[in-house]
Amino acid sequence: MADLNELSEKLNAIKAEIRNELERLENSKSVFEYKKTIFDSKTGKVGSLMREMGKIPNEMKAEYGKRVNEIKNWAQDLFDEMDERFKKEEMRIRYEAEKLDVTMPSDYKRQGYLHPNTLVRNQIVDIFGSMGFEIYEGTEIETDYYNFTALNTPDDHPARDMQDTFYLSDKFLLRTQTSAGQIHVMEERKPPIKIISPGKVFRSDDDATHSPMFSQMEGLVVDKGISLCDLKGMLDEFVQKIFGEGTRTRLRPSYFPFTEPSVEVDVSCFQCKGKGCKLCKGTGWIEVLGAGVVNRKVLEGCGIDSDVYSGFAFGIGIERIAMLKYGINNIKLLFESDLRVLDQIRE
Amino acid sequence: MLVPLSWLKEYVDIDVTPDELEEKLFSCGFEVEEKYEIGHDISKVVVGLVKECEPIPETHLHLCKVDAGTAGELQICCGADNVKAGGKFPLALIGATVYATAKDHKTLEGVMTIGQGKLRGYDSYGMLCSGVEIGLSEDMYEGAGYNGLLVLPDDSPVGEDVKPIVGLDDWIFDIAITANRPDCQSIFGIAREVAAVLGSKIHEPSLDYHETGVKKEGFAVNVDAPDICPRYIGHYVYDVKIGPSPAWMRRRLALIGQTSISNLVDITNYILNELGQPMHAFDYAYLEGDQINVRRAGNGEKIVTLDEKELTLNENNLVICDGVKPVALAGIMGGLNSEILDTTTEVLFEAAKFARDNIRKSSRALGKVSDSSARFSKGVDEYTTVMAMKRALHLIEELECGKVSSTHVDTNTGNSIDASELKVSVDKVNGVLGIKVPDDEIVRILGSLDFAPVLNGDELILKIPAYREDMESYQDVAEEIIRMYGYDHIVPTFMPTAEVTMGGYNLEQKNELKLKRALCAAGASEGIHYSFFSPASLDLIGLPEDAPERHAIKIMNPINEDLSLMRTTLAPQMIQAMQRNQKKGILSGSIYEFGNVFAADKLPLEEYPKELETICIGCFGEEESFFTLKGLVDVIADTLGIEFDYEAKEKPFLHPFRTAGIKCEGEDIGYLGQVKYELIDELDMRVDSYVAEVSLYKLKKYYGKQQVFKPLPKFQEEKRDLCFVMSRDITCAQVEKAIKDSSEYITEVKLFDVYEGIQLGHDKKSMAFSVVYTPKDEELTSENIDGFVNSLLSELKEKYDVVLRS
Repeated sequence: MADLNELSEKLNAIKAEIRNELERLENSKSVFEYKKTIFDSKTGKVGSLMREMGKIPNEMKAEYGKRVNEIKNWAQDLFDEMDERFKKEEMRIRYEAEKLDVTMPSDYKRQGYLHPNTLVRNQIVDIFGSMGFEIYEGTEIETDYYNFTALNTPDDHPARDMQDTFYLSDKFLLRTQTSAGQIHVMEERKPPIKIISPGKVFRSDDDATHSPMFSQMEGLVVDKGISLCDLKGMLDEFVQKIFGEGTRTRLRPSYFPFTEPSVEVDVSCFQCKGKGCKLCKGTGWIEVLGAGVVNRKVLEGCGIDSDVYSGFAFGIGIERIAMLKYGINNIKLLFESDLRVLDQIRE
Repeated sequence: MLVPLSWLKEYVDIDVTPDELEEKLFSCGFEVEEKYEIGHDISKVVVGLVKECEPIPETHLHLCKVDAGTAGELQICCGADNVKAGGKFPLALIGATVYATAKDHKTLEGVMTIGQGKLRGYDSYGMLCSGVEIGLSEDMYEGAGYNGLLVLPDDSPVGEDVKPIVGLDDWIFDIAITANRPDCQSIFGIAREVAAVLGSKIHEPSLDYHETGVKKEGFAVNVDAPDICPRYIGHYVYDVKIGPSPAWMRRRLALIGQTSISNLVDITNYILNELGQPMHAFDYAYLEGDQINVRRAGNGEKIVTLDEKELTLNENNLVICDGVKPVALAGIMGGLNSEILDTTTEVLFEAAKFARDNIRKSSRALGKVSDSSARFSKGVDEYTTVMAMKRALHLIEELECGKVSSTHVDTNTGNSIDASELKVSVDKVNGVLGIKVPDDEIVRILGSLDFAPVLNGDELILKIPAYREDMESYQDVAEEIIRMYGYDHIVPTFMPTAEVTMGGYNLEQKNELKLKRALCAAGASEGIHYSFFSPASLDLIGLPEDAPERHAIKIMNPINEDLSLMRTTLAPQMIQAMQRNQKKGILSGSIYEFGNVFAADKLPLEEYPKELETICIGCFGEEESFFTLKGLVDVIADTLGIEFDYEAKEKPFLHPFRTAGIKCEGEDIGYLGQVKYELIDELDMRVDSYVAEVSLYKLKKYYGKQQVFKPLPKFQEEKRDLCFVMSRDITCAQVEKAIKDSSEYITEVKLFDVYEGIQLGHDKKSMAFSVVYTPKDEELTSENIDGFVNSLLSELKEKYDVVLRS
């Protein structure tokens, strides 16, 4: 390779060969393979040219290098262009082959759902928890004393007939109300007390609208200067959060042995906004819970000075709220584990 | 309690509509559960005057011209035998609604609308009615029982609505009485409340009577059980003439659904409803020994009650006896042996107070409930007991059915029936309510309730009538005031005086919820089943006779056998839940329940039993398997950051080779397995079903386990995939454990393939594990690892004859 002409010829020949060869290439893989035969530093037609630099006279080295680089860049551009063209086409073919019917169902394994009772319980706990209420869980089996006597319902009290009780022995029974937990809490702690106590309760009642087991959430506040107005304030807050803004409460007189005064609490119908509909039986109001100012006899019985402390208590039927909120028409559906029911009610 | 408006009006002036009265009663604590006009089904029935009345030949019919006032003169065909010219009868105009009757002319068959009719070719423009057809009985209106037309009074205005004339415009209120107000279990009691809430005057029923001076010599009452009979009043009445009651009394009893029996018996029933005091009348001729003894029954003593049923009594029952025998089951029902008959000529009236719990318990135990026992169970006050006897004697005179003797015996324990003083602080009353009720309102309200309030500064002095046994403290006074003042005066406040407290779920409750959510995320839905189940449930899962689960707490008074045992396992109900779903065509799904099982050390219960929180999981369907269920159990472990170990186990109701015991740190915490096919067949279940039970209470100690961060390995981890051949009896857990134990550097062992095939030879299988070696303080070379693997291999070979698959 004595002169540059000879080099030029050689390079032109390589160029021509590459051009020819490229015509025959059909895909990006063959471009890649062919590229190797050109650029490989040992065997490649262009790649090996640099190895020959040593044999080039010094004065020609610069020019030699420049020419080789030129052809190198030329070839690279050509390959890149080819490669891009093939890849584009190949991708198109691949994509097309992988075409999916995107309306087919997913592989997602369906999740399960919390029981409506748990949902309601969580909501209630969230609301009262944020108001500073702790959660106390009593036992399903209680003594006659905690379920009745300590709640100002002694043995001869007619209110015992209000609830049909399951007895396990002379002393033990299935609690008929979560109020039983009140007494344990008041015996164990000193005021201020702010608890809610959710749980299963039992009454010997089994017909279309009654289930022998259902759930309640008892609430109790004992502190200084607690009044009926505080009960009203707290319930107003609660019903708006659980049934929606604008829900109002109405208190009306009732009777529970352990509260005095006792009230039934109605909420303005959240379906018709109080105008009267099927849900509220045309009255505009729905009965949701019972409440009252804790009877001083109950406080005194737990060793709490009723001259210093007062309190209020309320009891909410969990299923009642669940049925109202979700429009479930039969309480028994909640205890049958029918997946068509369980999988319908979601948070 | 049923209250006719007309009867109520006898004691209190009511100038409001029935709707307004309902509203007023509701606001002061008496919910009207139902109210209706007596004649609500009857409309467009007017007073008709028959002008002409000609028989239609060869029929029993008459063709009448009837003056209907503004409706004109109408031609009416009438088949009644008492139709006559000049008579006034109820006339149903065209479009009127009246009751249709059966052939007997008595049995009602619903409401019908009168149209224009044609009888034997004669047009009829309405219908003349009998009493029954407009809803009246003989007791409700004299003459209404006649099987023919109802004859209206001569002065009835022609063409006017008939309802007010015959009392069909009366209203019945069905009022719910709360347990604290037994004094309102009567029409007069309700009248007192109505007077208070309307601000009108109360008119007491007449109580005066005159004793003749005649005495029944030697008559005595002896109360042996004053603890349960604090008051017993007896009065002897003679020259008794049994006969029908007057129309007004029969009508009132009929309005509340009671049948008139005779004047004497009606007086007792009337007073029970008027005043709330059950009374009894004995035929004195059948009382032996001129005495009444009130005592506890002897064990095994018998009585035949008015309903002709024989009852066997015991010492818990209170009986009224004459000198020889029981003549009444106190407060519940009289004895047949001293019943008032048509022949009765002398009577002993009884008005007593019996302890409410004694009557309640006797009534329940003997299965005998009466109006009397219902009143006594709720409580009767002695004020009313005394009043009722006076009222009965007054009615004897008013009805002229006997003479009131001077033999009056009042056996009592000294309880006063005078008003008692109650002093309360007005501040405390207002403190309960949280508002300040104006003093004059307080005085007005308490005055309207007959508490004779006197206010001296903060001191409020009240005279509580003896019938208000519920009034004990300032809280009761507060309630009386607010129910009359109105609950709408209560303004919402937010415990301004209360201390700030922290709230929300505690650790245990948070963990439970976390577990529930994790199980939901894994595809299971939460169910809740009853805390009690059937003894058959224990047989269903084939528990042996000595299984601890059979030591279940029994409910003494279950609704039925199926709900009679406190559950000791959650599995049977879960299996039944899966069965129910499958019966309804739901053939796949997962359900879990969190619930308590109950464990008693001793039965019957003497101590609180243990209530042990348990998780039960059930899954069923073609796509489910032992391992999908195991996956759900692993969710529990994973959520709590702990690990479970499993080993083959047997359970009577589960597949002998697809059942595992679950352990956590060596402690048994539950089981899982496939429900055995025999049970699936027995329950008509359609797909393979699986059940697991995990003792959540044993896992509580792991709640809140601090998760400590492990720094990432400093050096490259090495993973080796090893495929072994072994006997089929070798378990995954055995190999896994052997691998783990072979080197302290192993941080993960994971089965990724199992193969059984002929080329391995039968009773052989291959299992492939990937094993991760994690270097500690220095890098592990591949020579190191090879060394570990070699020792692993020799150990496996030695222990279980496990060899590397070539």
